[in-house]
Amino acid sequence: MSESGFSSSFLARTMRRRSFFRVAGATVAASTLVLAGCGDDSEIKPTDPGTVISIGSGENGLLNYVYLLEQLEAAFYQKVVDAKPAFLSATELAAFTDLRDHEVIHREFFKQLLGSNGIGAFEFNFSSVTFSTREGVLGAARTLEDLGVAAYNGAGKLIATKNTLNLLGKIASVEARHAALIHDLLGLDPFADVVEASGAAAGLGAVLTPKQVVTAAASFFLPYTVDVSSLPTA
Amino acid sequence: MNIFRIIEQLSEVDSDVLGRFDSRRAVFKTLGDTAKKGALAAAPVFVASLFQKAYGQTTSTSVIDVLNYALTLELLEEDFYAKMIAANQVPAGAPAGAIALIKKHETAHVKLLSDTITALKGTPVTGKKFNPAKFPADYTTQLVVAQALEDTGVRAYKGQAGALMGQMAGATSLLQVALQIHSVEARHAAHIRTMRGQSPWIPASDSSLPEPLGPVYTGAIPESNVTQAGYDLTKQLPTPYSATDAAAAFDEILTKDEVLASSRAGGLVI
Repeated sequence: MSESGFSSSFLARTMRRRSFFRVAGATVAASTLVLAGCGDDSEIKPTDPGTVISIGSGENGLLNYVYLLEQLEAAFYQKVVDAKPAFLSATELAAFTDLRDHEVIHREFFKQLLGSNGIGAFEFNFSSVTFSTREGVLGAARTLEDLGVAAYNGAGKLIATKNTLNLLGKIASVEARHAALIHDLLGLDPFADVVEASGAAAGLGAVLTPKQVVTAAASFFLPYTVDVSSLPTA
Repeated sequence: MNIFRIIEQLSEVDSDVLGRFDSRRAVFKTLGDTAKKGALAAAPVFVASLFQKAYGQTTSTSVIDVLNYALTLELLEEDFYAKMIAANQVPAGAPAGAIALIKKHETAHVKLLSDTITALKGTPVTGKKFNPAKFPADYTTQLVVAQALEDTGVRAYKGQAGALMGQMAGATSLLQVALQIHSVEARHAAHIRTMRGQSPWIPASDSSLPEPLGPVYTGAIPESNVTQAGYDLTKQLPTPYSATDAAAAFDEILTKDEVLASSRAGGLVI
């Protein structure tokens, strides 16, 4: 089950009959109950405070979260496009250039939107990526795009205002288009692994909480870790 | 997710919890059956209906309307792909595989939306079909219509996201589920566009294509739009970007009225 972006401190609270019924009418109640039924989630281990990037709280924090992901994608494609690798055909390199342009536009747009509330520009650690082979580049692109789509899918319900939700929705589907293209270039089924095939969630695209996303992308942030613990979780 | 743990915790604060469900025996029988099928961990709709019954308020008709609107579009898509498969012109191999898988996803969306509407005590729409008179005779044009349907679907889900903010079906955020479907429709759209030799994303120029595609990309905010949150991306960023890139980097919404207009999905459904 994908819902695990809850704070353990919330679960640790004792449920009292009175407080339970106070929230039972609220929409969050059932979600809390189901989360209580989930197993314990592993925590990101706290590290040297000097190397933690905190992206803040509330809607501003959520915008910084997607800004960070767009920075990561833009940096990756910039690196590929700059290298002009011979194993990408002219058509493929043109596609990667489009991808770079889209992600840079997303990045610059968020930078402008956030203004002084934005986290700075980051350099990323791509030592886990093999840039010298087609499989390495396409595989990393697939990881980043699928992660981005799942991240946007998980961020939507955490957003407080309709304008911001609409804005992120406009980008989310473009990321899904990117992901589908990369799957095509890899010769994979365009929907392999990212759309549930059976069960009650059949036909649904993957979803990840901010905590799951930064855990999955942790190697790109080294030596820093990204702290998303102040973001809304429901 | 351990449903028994949830019920155990609930019973500590509400000794009547089991009385709130249909009956103790019925609940455990249903749970047992579901668990045997191994689907319990992924049964948000079932859990939703259980808690809706026990504690739920009636969900507002506007939310049911939104879900029925989405269901209408999914029924339209599902029937279109059923007709496409039945017409037997899709080349064997990758194309046939992709169309079959897309059809399977649309069927799953139909079921999910129908079940959710029922769980929320609404009445799911049924019988919406792709107008046979509008069904193209040749594979190439069938793909054009598929692209129109998928790109419309992406814009339609995006247009309803705001109406689903904070709306829950028991434990499940309806907004999140809608966004998950939205991303799948976007993958479908991208792949169909690739099958047609088009870019997977929508260039500004698509807004001026002839029907059935052109109208899909127009509307109050057309896909050629380059202004986001008040910023003209071709002029107001430190580095200006081309209108094509700025338009392609963002997809736009279509309102319900726009989607159901006769020049778009409304003209294809009976």
